[in-house]
Amino acid sequence: MNIIEVKNLSKKFKGLTAVDNISFNVEKGEIFAFLGPNGAGKSTTIKMLTTLLHPTEGEMQLNGHNPVENPDEVRRSFGIVFQDPSLDDELTAYENIELHGVLYDVPRAIGRKRAEELLKLVELWDRKDDFVKTFSGGMKRRLEIARGLLHHPKILFLDEPTLGLDPQTRNHMWNYIKELNQKEGITVFFTTHYMEEADRIAGRIAIIDHGKIVASGTTQELKEKTGKASLEDAFLELTGKVIREEEAGSIDVMRMNRRMWAGKK
Amino acid sequence: MKTIYILWLRQLKRYSRSKSRIIGSLGQPLLFLLSLGYGFGPIFQKAGQGNYIQFLAPGIIGMSIIFTSIFSGIEIIWDRQFGFLKETLVAPVSRFNIMLGRTLGGATVATFQGIIVFIISVIAGFRPTSWASIPATILVMLLVALLFTALGTAIACILEDMQGFQLIMNFLVMPLFFLSGSLFPLQGSLLTIARFNPLSYGIDAFRFLLTNSSHFGLGLDIAVLSVVSLIFISIGSYLFSKIQI
Ligand SMILES: Nc1ncnc2c1ncn2[C@@H]1O[C@H](COP(=O)(O)OP(=O)(O)OP(=O)(O)O)[C@@H](O)[C@H]1O
Ligand SMILES: [Mg+2]
Repeated sequence: MNIIEVKNLSKKFKGLTAVDNISFNVEKGEIFAFLGPNGAGKSTTIKMLTTLLHPTEGEMQLNGHNPVENPDEVRRSFGIVFQDPSLDDELTAYENIELHGVLYDVPRAIGRKRAEELLKLVELWDRKDDFVKTFSGGMKRRLEIARGLLHHPKILFLDEPTLGLDPQTRNHMWNYIKELNQKEGITVFFTTHYMEEADRIAGRIAIIDHGKIVASGTTQELKEKTGKASLEDAFLELTGKVIREEEAGSIDVMRMNRRMWAGKK
Repeated sequence: MKTIYILWLRQLKRYSRSKSRIIGSLGQPLLFLLSLGYGFGPIFQKAGQGNYIQFLAPGIIGMSIIFTSIFSGIEIIWDRQFGFLKETLVAPVSRFNIMLGRTLGGATVATFQGIIVFIISVIAGFRPTSWASIPATILVMLLVALLFTALGTAIACILEDMQGFQLIMNFLVMPLFFLSGSLFPLQGSLLTIARFNPLSYGIDAFRFLLTNSSHFGLGLDIAVLSVVSLIFISIGSYLFSKIQI
């Protein structure tokens, strides 16, 4: 059964087609990776699926509901870790988590137990009463992930969740998510620029470039299709070696700063 | 209900933790009260209008409420820029409740601010004619605050970034304040204009309750404030439900 269905979906911003007539399905219980170079249209697609943005054209179904016509039902079906910051800096880490628990109607006892478990997982438990504005970039990122995992939705969207995280945290996080996927059957839809993550975690992968899906299949299929030994090489073969010129909007600059902070790229 | 409460609480926490905001937003009313109060007082008296502080204080209370309210509503723009807004927009709760929680929070903060300014004006020499009407005054403060927080929210839903903020301050908030009868008695065409300004009715209600003098009458004041609040809350929540990111 498909839990996400996307048909001929497009999004145009003034003079720019960010998502160009894409179609794909994600099966219930699957871990699905959505890969593509910077500016390919990954986040825009996620925003449309998660009711934050209306598509210019096309059809979507999430857990049987249409995000445009039935946003409330759709919002009850998913959880998300955004690519960009979405914490309240003026609140403490724990207050951010608590607020999320209330918004998602997580029962208090379960919420407390999970909050502790997750904050320990991302090693923020001893900083839980500190204001988020005092956190480093990587710590904020870890808090976003802990918060995103507080409630257990049918579908979990993770938009570059591991951006700027150290390898230890990345490892813990993926193990936790895989367990959620296996134990509770939560469907995972994620994007990343670390190919080895997609290779290791994803059941199926779609590669998007310039708003169009250029290939999809298991990592094995993609390697065979391109005749390459690694997913990274297959990805480069499919999307070319040119670096994507993107106007550095504020978000991009911020993102770059975060990468530099974390000592990557 | 829980959604409304937690977002209300958030606004209060943000306010109480920001010392600079509290002090900053008290400085302006204080300045107006002292400089205008003592500066124009003698002239006002000579013109046969009585004690200026008695006239001015309700106006300054109105000023602190409108400034704080609009500012609280406009905070949505910050939340959009710093990203927190997304977290609430994808949550499985009605956007109406989100908007209401935020608006009530902002209105509570503004009311609180109004009460502080009231206390300051008493220290500065203001004497309400009846202390028994203080609770009613606070309720009217809340109503005025609700009205302008909802207006701020509606505006913030349309503006994408802080660039329009100055525009709003200079072409909306300032005129509303100056043309509300807060600083001087209204006559002639000014009075006609003030009839279209909801703040006029708020300040008129404060004067009715605190100094027993009123132009429109408390009934009309409350009626206008309630209706306009409802309209602004409807517009604000409609626009809020349409936000895309
Ligand atoms: N609100 C917007 N207004 C105008 N253009 C936009 C907007 N949001 C995204 N875009 C453009 O749409 C294109 C796709 O952006 P998107 O954020 O979906 O890329 P992405 O695949 O997530 O990239 P990255 O890996 O860098 O996160 C980019 O060219 C971007 O500049
Ligand atoms: Mg992106």
